[in-house]
Amino acid sequence: MKPISANKSTRTIRTDALARVEGEGAMFVQIEGDHVRDVKLRIYEPPRFFEAMLRGRAFTEAPDITSRICGICPIAYQMSAVRAMEDACGVAIDSGPIRELRRLIYCGEWIESLGLHVYLLHAPDFLGYPGFLEMAREHPQIAEQGLALKKAGNTLMTLVGGREIHPINIRVGGFYRAPSRAELRPLIDPLERAREIALATVRWAGELPFPDVRREPELVALAEPGRYPIDLGRIVSDRGLDIAPAEFDTHMVEEHVAHSNALHARIRERGSYLTGSLARYNLSFAALSPLARDAAREAGLQETCRNPFQSIIVRAVELVQVCDEALAIIDDYEPPDEPAVEVAPRRAVGHGATEAPRGMLYHRYALDHDGTILDARIVPPTSQNQLVIEEDLRAVVQRNVKLPDEELTLRCEQAIRNHDPCISCATHFLELTVQRG
Amino acid sequence: MTPKKTLAVWKFSSCDGCQLTLLDCEDELLTIAGQLEIAYFLEASRAKVQGPYDVSLVEGSITTPREAELIQEVRANSKALITIGACATAGGIQALRNFADVEEFTRIVYASPDYISTLATSTPISANVHVDYELNGCPISKQQLLEVISAYLNRRRPRVRAHSVCVECKRRGTVCVMVAHGTPCLGPVTHAGCGAICPAYNRGCYGCFGPMETPNPASLNVWTGLEDRDLVRIYRTFNANADGFRESSEAHQRQ
Repeated sequence: MKPISANKSTRTIRTDALARVEGEGAMFVQIEGDHVRDVKLRIYEPPRFFEAMLRGRAFTEAPDITSRICGICPIAYQMSAVRAMEDACGVAIDSGPIRELRRLIYCGEWIESLGLHVYLLHAPDFLGYPGFLEMAREHPQIAEQGLALKKAGNTLMTLVGGREIHPINIRVGGFYRAPSRAELRPLIDPLERAREIALATVRWAGELPFPDVRREPELVALAEPGRYPIDLGRIVSDRGLDIAPAEFDTHMVEEHVAHSNALHARIRERGSYLTGSLARYNLSFAALSPLARDAAREAGLQETCRNPFQSIIVRAVELVQVCDEALAIIDDYEPPDEPAVEVAPRRAVGHGATEAPRGMLYHRYALDHDGTILDARIVPPTSQNQLVIEEDLRAVVQRNVKLPDEELTLRCEQAIRNHDPCISCATHFLELTVQRG
Repeated sequence: MTPKKTLAVWKFSSCDGCQLTLLDCEDELLTIAGQLEIAYFLEASRAKVQGPYDVSLVEGSITTPREAELIQEVRANSKALITIGACATAGGIQALRNFADVEEFTRIVYASPDYISTLATSTPISANVHVDYELNGCPISKQQLLEVISAYLNRRRPRVRAHSVCVECKRRGTVCVMVAHGTPCLGPVTHAGCGAICPAYNRGCYGCFGPMETPNPASLNVWTGLEDRDLVRIYRTFNANADGFRESSEAHQRQ
């Protein structure tokens, strides 16, 4: 953190290395008088060329290779990849035990990752600590709750997936090995405890102090009637978008802008949009379990939430949802006859979209007759959310322009962390610089 | 009382998964923080204590000119430097560029390749600076990480075995997937540490812990019954650039 004041009329707020986000990013804000002149979210995470590395690989290799884009949400990459490959090969696993098992392990990733964000990355902003460990010294009970939640998610991922980071059990068509009912039983106790902690988290988060902010970006998320969006669905928005994942390219465009060095996504007709917890909550409130809905209401949330600072409550509500749902899946679970269905390759293009904890993740692959990948395209949530994050940043600065540099810097960082950016995910943009006004 | 040793965690080109392993030590994290001062760990805190540091954990490989400079600074500021994971120890999945034309890669991903600053190769940390200890794995094992930290604090040698995954399978009581089912498996040439997870899930090992000490892939390759093209692929994943795997993929690419 390096606040610099150049002179009375122009000042610069910057953080050269953002903390408590996944990956490497920097923030740069320039203010002239009381007017914000420039806002930049610079991402200097090195490019890793996954789309290029995937060319020539077998279609069966994509889940394991793409999971290495992000150690925080590997399941999201594996799930979007298998959905896209199955789509290319004319196989749809939209119901039945394999789908439920996929949803179950995805719940594990959500519990771990949302728990990580709420407690380790986001909470210190509200309680006034530089980080989780500093917070833990004075609030041991809060820290232990966060770790217990994370651990429950990791235990679920490890049991179904083999390990918590880069699980090994997910393949095109299903799983290498499906657990028995008895094997899932030891998950019930920790998940019930996690659900209690999640409920306590909603109550606790509801009492945090929030700035009175209302933001109006277009909200985009998957949606499926009767179920909260996690592993599949149509892509919908609050401004009437309602498309199949296969139509993503028709409506969304990714650009490498001249002075931005970045690929970022926008809706072709309208511009920036937001994916992630706030979008899912606003678009699928009705699909939350009764327990999660009631918890949200008790914490003072309406059916819509437009304040990004309150995303911490929304994530806590989603934690209740996925703990509840994981328990329901385990309760109903019957192992599939075979752990995977046959998926024969063919020359085709396939699309897959699922909800990573921090937003929608889209994959598209073109395959040759024998399943060799000819072309790959991956659009991670953070590249979709970039423009909205910058718009939020600009609004935060404008509203708090009288604050001293140190405080303003912290507020700006918090505005970025509101959206749980995963910069490691954004493997295919190098640096974002937006010049305005 | 002597002051606590300081620990720094650094990220280079990587997925964040190996440093997340430290935060995933849910039962041990607060104990570690009691024994060591976590002086620099951006993923966990915006507080930064100035170096030099007693021990640095380094995640990721070197793929840009900026990283090549930064690792020199990290080395100069660290009494002990430990690499964590396949990227830092072997170059990682991004070392697939070492077998290809990086300009071609850039053109595939970016509309304006001129803006991209990258090196032609992805190299392990040890190709750039002296490394005191290396942990394998994509991702690393939590137990091995705790063992290395504990060994460091107690001034003893870490007990990290360099034998193959096969030994772990036997200890776990898993029936050999290659012998019993004919499933190709890199277990015989792969470094132990994961606990032989894949065979326990009816799947062949895919070598994410990299080569064991003195592997013999030439012999294994005959046993797998795989074609050259597939042999090239299975060695070219997360440890493609590691000695022991690189030669094997190159040999089969020539055939």
